[in-house]
Amino acid sequence: MPTDIRIKKGLNINLVGVAEATTSKAVASNVYNIHLADFHGLTPKMLLKEGAEVKAGEPIFFNKNYPAMKFVSPVSGELVEIERGARRKILNLKILADKQQTALEHPPLDISKASDADIRAFLLESGCWPFIKQRPYDIIAHPEEVPKSIFISAYATAPLAADINYTLSGREKELQAAIDGLAKLTPGKIHVGIGKGENSPFAQLTGFERHTVSGPHPAGLVGTLINKIDPINKGERIWTLSPQDMVIIGEAFLTGKFNPERIVALAGSCVKKPKYYTTKIGAEISTLLYASGVNQKDFRVINGDVLTGSKSRPDGHLGFYNNCVSVIPEGDDYEFFGWTKPVFDKISSTRSLTFSWMQPNKKYNLDTNTNGEHRAFVVTGLYEEVFPMDIYPLQLLKACMYKDLDEMEQLGLYEVIPEDFSLTEFVCISKQPHQEIIREGLDYLQKEIG
Amino acid sequence: MSDKRLTIKKRLHIIKHRLRGNKMAPAFSALHTFLFTPDETTHSGGHIRSADDLKRTMNMVILALIPVLLFSFFNTGYQHYAAIDAASGAPRVLSLMDNFLTWENFWLGFTLVMPLVIISYAIGLGVEFIFAIIKGHEVEEGYLVTGMLVPLIIPVDTPLWMLAVAVVFGVVIGKEVFGGTGMNILNPALTIRAFLFFAYPTWMSGDKVWVHGAVERTGTPDAISGETILGSLAQNNAYDYSVSDMFFGFIPGSVGETSAFLILLGGLFLIFSKIASWRIMVSAVIGSLVMGLIFNGIVDMGWIGANSSFYSLMNFEFWKHLIVGGLAFGIVYMATDPVTGSQTQKGKWIYGFLIGFLSVMIRVFNPAYPEGVFLAILLMNVFAPTIDHYVVRGNVKRRLNRLKTATIYPRTTDGKAEELKAETV
Repeated sequence: MPTDIRIKKGLNINLVGVAEATTSKAVASNVYNIHLADFHGLTPKMLLKEGAEVKAGEPIFFNKNYPAMKFVSPVSGELVEIERGARRKILNLKILADKQQTALEHPPLDISKASDADIRAFLLESGCWPFIKQRPYDIIAHPEEVPKSIFISAYATAPLAADINYTLSGREKELQAAIDGLAKLTPGKIHVGIGKGENSPFAQLTGFERHTVSGPHPAGLVGTLINKIDPINKGERIWTLSPQDMVIIGEAFLTGKFNPERIVALAGSCVKKPKYYTTKIGAEISTLLYASGVNQKDFRVINGDVLTGSKSRPDGHLGFYNNCVSVIPEGDDYEFFGWTKPVFDKISSTRSLTFSWMQPNKKYNLDTNTNGEHRAFVVTGLYEEVFPMDIYPLQLLKACMYKDLDEMEQLGLYEVIPEDFSLTEFVCISKQPHQEIIREGLDYLQKEIG
Repeated sequence: MSDKRLTIKKRLHIIKHRLRGNKMAPAFSALHTFLFTPDETTHSGGHIRSADDLKRTMNMVILALIPVLLFSFFNTGYQHYAAIDAASGAPRVLSLMDNFLTWENFWLGFTLVMPLVIISYAIGLGVEFIFAIIKGHEVEEGYLVTGMLVPLIIPVDTPLWMLAVAVVFGVVIGKEVFGGTGMNILNPALTIRAFLFFAYPTWMSGDKVWVHGAVERTGTPDAISGETILGSLAQNNAYDYSVSDMFFGFIPGSVGETSAFLILLGGLFLIFSKIASWRIMVSAVIGSLVMGLIFNGIVDMGWIGANSSFYSLMNFEFWKHLIVGGLAFGIVYMATDPVTGSQTQKGKWIYGFLIGFLSVMIRVFNPAYPEGVFLAILLMNVFAPTIDHYVVRGNVKRRLNRLKTATIYPRTTDGKAEELKAETV
């Protein structure tokens, strides 16, 4: 049943440097990287050795615990380095791109005739499977499991996030193919959240439950959507996908090729010309930065949005799941009596001589300073104001900290992933690392209960 | 000027790095972060953080206490001189400009109250620093508020050594043994107050302690009286203060508790700045009014005679409980302590209501000491986790009910999913 979901609790963080709605083609990157850290909990097993030639879409490694799950190269070229860390753990794969790209082609899949098993096999072989994430635990979905439903949020509310309606316009054909294919993987439904009154690429598509969503961040997080429509219970599985990843899946169904090309937002106050670029998964971020320019020396490059992304460098590479790169100033400076003077240039969820409540639409230039030190939990009631789920955030965080499995289950840890706690982390007066706490809690729960 | 500040900043930065790993690092860090918010950047999770930190939060409470403190200077002086006048047979008539806001009052109050403030901070922060150095953690900000609250909730003539002993007890037993700020079960300021009350009852109660000078003159012909309104009522005596005196605070009592007006302003400021919970304040006011009404009702029904020792307090108009004694101060500044209070929004309603309700009840039924706020809050501190437990249970129950209709599918190996019937866990 389609619903109209209105989120009241939350906080919109308006930052300087929203990407302008123009797209250029990024300079082709010489080296493409696959960060293994993008796939949480995965144990990779290499298929190729250093120095091997590889085609675009050709498998490089697979999931040791599920060998059919292949991970493919975004481009054709030479696998020049397998970067390893402690205990030979694979961290990073570097592929030197050919000038002339060649791609591995599978026969396209006729979705209307394909069975559930065909689709699973196709996604696994083509390298598209890792785009499907699973809740609980925020990991790549297990191919033998059957989810009770699949959720997609096409409403971007995170600060500086790419506008999905812009980046995916014209890709309706691929999205429809992906929906048709994914629909066969679950006896339940596919739920898509669309921004209310927005011109969404999903507007004309069929085969899913359409939900209109409005309200401040985190209204656009898929976790919020799940919690309002069909919350997860113990033992259940829900799969989630990002719309931009569905385009790649849809294209693979239609053409048989893994095409890692996507439109990425380059945003943030340190970028001279924030705008969109067409580039590929794993491309060097510097190719975007050189084109747009940066306006200061001391900045941080973030793979993803400022609340959930991972720290990167100008010579870092676009992550597997990301559709945006944010560049904001580093805040590694002291502030004289910063704790007591009135604050006009930072966002605050209180009114304690902080004045962002007076200008809710003002755009701020926030840096990476923590604005205070780490403390024990003291203040109560602030998280609830930005946390729209039917969950007690403080109590759940504490349960994760003291590792009480019963409480973690009962307070709803199955329903959340770290990004759901990105806003409570932002407003936290004690500067506690909420996302890390939840991540560790999920890992512990998975290890103990599975 | 900015050059000089830069060098200070750089010098402190160098010292900080030199002291890294040193035992004294927390002590230096406490002073350093007082001057400068640190250069720390985000290293996990989100990359940006809001402007608020614990220092700012605590600072807001202190700002809300400043008017109360300033008023207490004047009132301490005024009550002293008024009592002398009364003892000499020429009672004063209050006049705000002529005999209240005078230099003489201010100076007397200042010289009496400031030592309490200084001792409270010096001893309390000293203990905090020692614990931070021993345990190697940062000096946390909790005591900034506690240190200001303590002098405001004790009688003005409390000997400084008694205060010092009580502060050490309160900070060590009330807070540090539990792990410091954020971990304590009882409100540290009230623990200090309770220690004073139970360790030195003769000093902390009775009719002689509330006005400066009343104690040492006992027994002499010109003994001055220092009775609070509640004290008079407890002995079924009449009191001689108007409602406006009580509301604005021109009455004897603990140092900072008298002015309901300024406390109200402080409370509104804390609610507006979202630092303190309005739920606790509103429900505590409701709770005290309800209990007051019940007592008034008992008197009206004639269930209790005028000769009962509780008669005057029970007959006291229900709403006046809010403007005499420490009730208003306790509700605004002590009950709203987020660490020791209820932590869930629903729980805060119950917690606050019971504080107001019990405060008035204890106040009326306690023959030794007609005041109940600090006991009521301490009692509810102990019960706050229980209240939260039952509130959170409601959420857990919903989740467990939902579990009965969970849709769990078996794994598919041949690619065909068969629906498993709803599984009860």
